[in-house]
Amino acid sequence: MLEITNLHVSVADKPILKGLTLSVPAGEVHAVMGPNGAGKSTLAHVLGGKPGYEVTAGSVTFRGEDLLALEPHERAARGLFLGFQYPVEIPGVSNVQFLREALNAQRKARGEEPLSGGEFLKLAREKAALLKMDMEMLKRQVNVGFSGGEKKRAEMVQMGILDPAFAVLDETDSGLDIDALRIVGAGINAIMRSADKAVLLITHYQRLLDVVAPDKVSVLADGRILETGGPELALRLEAEGYDAVLA
Amino acid sequence: MAEAATLPTRRDEAWRYADIDAIARLGAEALAQWQALDVPAGTSLTRCLVVGADAPEVQRWRVRLEDSARAGFFIVNRGGDYTRVELEVHLARGAHFEFGGVTIGGANEQGGVTREFVTTVIHAEPEASSNQVVRAVHWGGASGNFLGQIKVARHAQKTDAAQDFKGLLLEAGASANAVPQLEIFADDVKCAHGATVGALDEAARFYMMARGIAPATAQRLLVQAFIGDAFVALADEAERERLLDAALGVLEGARL
Repeated sequence: MLEITNLHVSVADKPILKGLTLSVPAGEVHAVMGPNGAGKSTLAHVLGGKPGYEVTAGSVTFRGEDLLALEPHERAARGLFLGFQYPVEIPGVSNVQFLREALNAQRKARGEEPLSGGEFLKLAREKAALLKMDMEMLKRQVNVGFSGGEKKRAEMVQMGILDPAFAVLDETDSGLDIDALRIVGAGINAIMRSADKAVLLITHYQRLLDVVAPDKVSVLADGRILETGGPELALRLEAEGYDAVLA
Repeated sequence: MAEAATLPTRRDEAWRYADIDAIARLGAEALAQWQALDVPAGTSLTRCLVVGADAPEVQRWRVRLEDSARAGFFIVNRGGDYTRVELEVHLARGAHFEFGGVTIGGANEQGGVTREFVTTVIHAEPEASSNQVVRAVHWGGASGNFLGQIKVARHAQKTDAAQDFKGLLLEAGASANAVPQLEIFADDVKCAHGATVGALDEAARFYMMARGIAPATAQRLLVQAFIGDAFVALADEAERERLLDAALGVLEGARL
């Protein structure tokens, strides 16, 4: 579903990704772990199409299409979702307005009919309940005044509403307490665990992987994937640390 | 009501950012026209205006609020040439004045266009309040100005006056100017003013695009949120929609 081949990415002329190769087929949850500064967030940003990241070599193919040639909103319409490590606050725009615009823009791009206000609210209510989020929160401004944990839960409500084929989740577990972690993990499973979907789960810690059991685990360090294995690799990293495993 | 027919110059504080050439084309006669409004004691008045055409325009309003009267002016200034709206407001005891203003637009064929609000709010008696919120959204070498003067008379104790200006510049070369001027002769008053100017929040725009919203729509939503502050105090929802549509309509025609 997602094929990353020999990807080189620079930020302000500084090489961050240095020949990263990774393949995530449909039906797979693939965790990417790695020390600070390894390039994990750069990988997420470049997949999402954030400005300021220069691809100097390599390719990314998403469902057979050149992902890097698409604008961020076109990537979203093709079914890619980027879960932000730091979700952005948008004063003056409500979650409901934002998400309805987003969903209907995606539907339009795919040649589907827009959802009416009533249909949208029904869908939003359902997904908010899945993440145990009060519907009143969705009527408030996007992420404004939300705690760190609420922002991450709101990201998952967004993912539920937009129903992507592929999710890149950048440290969705950071800033979550134990209960919120379980709720978010269960949300990821409910929304994304399917034979025709896939997830790239970027994380520092084993604790999210206890809830969202990954099929594969890769270690990203110094801009490359250095090792790929099954879930046991994450447990080894947790027990022994990056230095020992990569030595 | 006609006054001395002389043209102002940039040395006049209230005209320092004005388009003097446009004013000359307009002529002194046009400047001498004031529209007067009296708001009787205890009554309330709301004016919602969309101002601006393809020629220079100056509107001057003199509004007098009697005891405990309320007046709200909500104005979109979207002229295709120099457009200036002046409000001179006189507040008696316990009166309240609310102003929400938006200047929005780019250049015309001759170049940058100046759009401005100039207010003088006179707290002549105790316990009156005023609140002014102005938002300026510009591109293509255009500028938006807010010159806001607040005068508090010596015995106008318990005055509560506020002024808030924010400029959003969508392109390099556009500008926004805020000139708050406070003359306070009473000692028990609250007078607040703030001014900021910035560019579009690129992080918010990318966040919206990452969710599937096209860049032009993201920009419209962000501008709508930005100018919405000016009309928060307008209770009439239909009028609020009309003003927002009038402002956002200018953005739609822009090539950004």
